[in-house]
Amino acid sequence: MRCLPLVFVLLLSACAQQPPKDDSLYRDLGAMPGITRIVEGMLLNIARDERIVERFRRIDIQRLRNKLIEQFCVEAGGPCTYTGDSMAESHKGQNVSRSDFNALVEDLIKAMDSEGIAVPVQNRLIARLAVMRGEVIEH
Amino acid sequence: MTVRFSFLIGCLGALTLQTALADNGRLIATGGASSIEGAAGGGITPWAVLAGYGEQHEWGATAFATTVNLPDYRLDVAGLALAYDNRIEVSFARQRFDLGSLVHKLNLPEDNLGQDVLGLKVRLFGDVIYDALPQVSLGLEYKHQTNFDIPSLVGARRDSDVEGYLAASRLFMGAAFGYNVLVNGSLRYSRANETGLLGFGGDRRDSRSLLKEGSLALLLNPRWAVGVEYREKPDNLSFAGESDWADLFVGYFPNKHVSFVLAYARLGEIATLDHQNGTYLSVQGSF
Repeated sequence: MRCLPLVFVLLLSACAQQPPKDDSLYRDLGAMPGITRIVEGMLLNIARDERIVERFRRIDIQRLRNKLIEQFCVEAGGPCTYTGDSMAESHKGQNVSRSDFNALVEDLIKAMDSEGIAVPVQNRLIARLAVMRGEVIEH
Repeated sequence: MTVRFSFLIGCLGALTLQTALADNGRLIATGGASSIEGAAGGGITPWAVLAGYGEQHEWGATAFATTVNLPDYRLDVAGLALAYDNRIEVSFARQRFDLGSLVHKLNLPEDNLGQDVLGLKVRLFGDVIYDALPQVSLGLEYKHQTNFDIPSLVGARRDSDVEGYLAASRLFMGAAFGYNVLVNGSLRYSRANETGLLGFGGDRRDSRSLLKEGSLALLLNPRWAVGVEYREKPDNLSFAGESDWADLFVGYFPNKHVSFVLAYARLGEIATLDHQNGTYLSVQGSF
């Protein structure tokens, strides 16, 4: 019992050391409803994008939608957990080209434009996703 | 007339290319505009990016026309560039510089200066947006002054020359109030007088100089850019001073097939006449 205050202090300091999570991007994207609309808009744009639509033919789109929403949410600092495969794992053997990657970026930008997302907010999300390019494309 | 003719050839050539090309794997505006020397870049300086929108294993091509209207002179340029694999670019530009009032004032034998520029650019490493390293390219330009009477009269040493430049370009995402900023810097090794319109080398100095060039562009969105450019120039001829060049520009890229650049150019003293500051307008087609 004598060590209870000590445990309490340790717990408190652990809390204090955890940096407050910045969820401003998540909120600027319209939280869960906004991110859902962006992901669905992007998938609809891909469906009309003859450059890359073939790559999505044999994919479970419903699952992709759910994982993308989780991923965007996590990247934006939202209260989600990503349960999908790693980027390297999920794109392995698909020979995604640099052009394919850019086509998807364009479809995402178009979806964010439709949602009226401000350019600086768009740039923040794209910057978070751009760093994954190395794991996505073929080398 | 020659400028118009070469522009027509450019358009025709580009039309035939359109069927074969149009892979357009790169993001909009990443092919830049066409510099007055034909290489992809800003207006008065080249960037490390390659012309058009071709990514790996893809072709890109551009054709452009540019006019710079100054108080006493006018510069018209037309040209073409072809790039492959986002790796190598060849370009051609034909320049015509109308001497305007200076012809009568100095009783000059000709009313214009002309120059052809053949350019080669190779991306050495990096990527303007994605890689850890900035995109760095090495360029070579073979320049030929096409009517050398006036340049030789004012002390220019040769009518053609080769010069090189090393350019680095990098997009900094969200760097200015959340907006993307494109930074370009290059080093040129050249002895061109007024970029070569007044020949190469001179009575004051006949060896090449290391010249700094740079530009900064703020991307308001993927289609609109505003920025500044600066280009250091040598001072090889004693008959007149040669000013460093600078400009303020607005670039508009409505789609991957056409772009426009409007600028206010401060070109300073050119061939004894000072305050040559005016408008720069450039149109580029990309295929």
